[in-house]
Amino acid sequence: MIPLSHYLIVSAVLFSIGTAGVFLRRNLITILLSIEIMLNAVNLSFVAFGRFAGDVDGQIITFFVMTVAAAEAAVGLALVIALFRHRESLNPDAFSSLKW
Amino acid sequence: MPENVVFYAFAALAIGASALVIGQRNPMYSVLLLIASFGALSGLYIQLDAPFVAVAQIIIYAGAIMVLFLFVVMLLNAPREDAAEYDRSHPLAHPGIGRFGALLATLLIVQLVWALTKVAELKTPVGSRSDASSVGSVVEMGRVLFTRHTFAFEATSVLILVAMVGAVVLARREGTEQ
Repeated sequence: MIPLSHYLIVSAVLFSIGTAGVFLRRNLITILLSIEIMLNAVNLSFVAFGRFAGDVDGQIITFFVMTVAAAEAAVGLALVIALFRHRESLNPDAFSSLKW
Repeated sequence: MPENVVFYAFAALAIGASALVIGQRNPMYSVLLLIASFGALSGLYIQLDAPFVAVAQIIIYAGAIMVLFLFVVMLLNAPREDAAEYDRSHPLAHPGIGRFGALLATLLIVQLVWALTKVAELKTPVGSRSDASSVGSVVEMGRVLFTRHTFAFEATSVLILVAMVGAVVLARREGTEQ
């Protein structure tokens, strides 16, 4: 069986990629995709910990994280559509005023 | 060792596709690459004896959520990142903030590496129900989900209702209420 640390290293690398994407990209959709990468990295460590602890709780919390990710994607994309309708841009720097 | 080869292939595919996701200028390619990354992660879940999570990953993530993203990318029809007028004002381009950000990034990497060196090298599962047939059983997972985690499950249904109403309200075009 693959040791636990291998899964955690993959998870840490994926989380770092997601963090870098949130801070470096200037596109709202790519930022939302980076958040999905981070959520999936955490899911992978939950399932790996659950498998090595001999418990199904890791899989159950992954199920809840997926549900929250679906809700987050729906609300986030609705926000992106509303913002794009106002500014015709997906660049977060275009949305610097609180009211227009 | 075939399982090692499968693990490294899936891990490399997941990491490579995720790195390409944030390297693409066209969001359409980013979404498609992220679907490939999620497929590789589902292969890792199968290796971890979690068939339900693997199938849910494909159906919910690669199926539902990513189709929602693709739909919005096509609806907005703005494939290119409009970097021309804003790139100079990227907050990380300012030297002071850039140095602070580099410091925080280094701190995150150091923390992750430190935490990973502290991990006990577990080669086999521990615990009372460590055999694959018990941990990977969907029956067992459903039993625990609907007994020990009933409240969280019900709270999730409220969350989805709120998200649905919120998405409809946010995406509605203003001024067309009547």
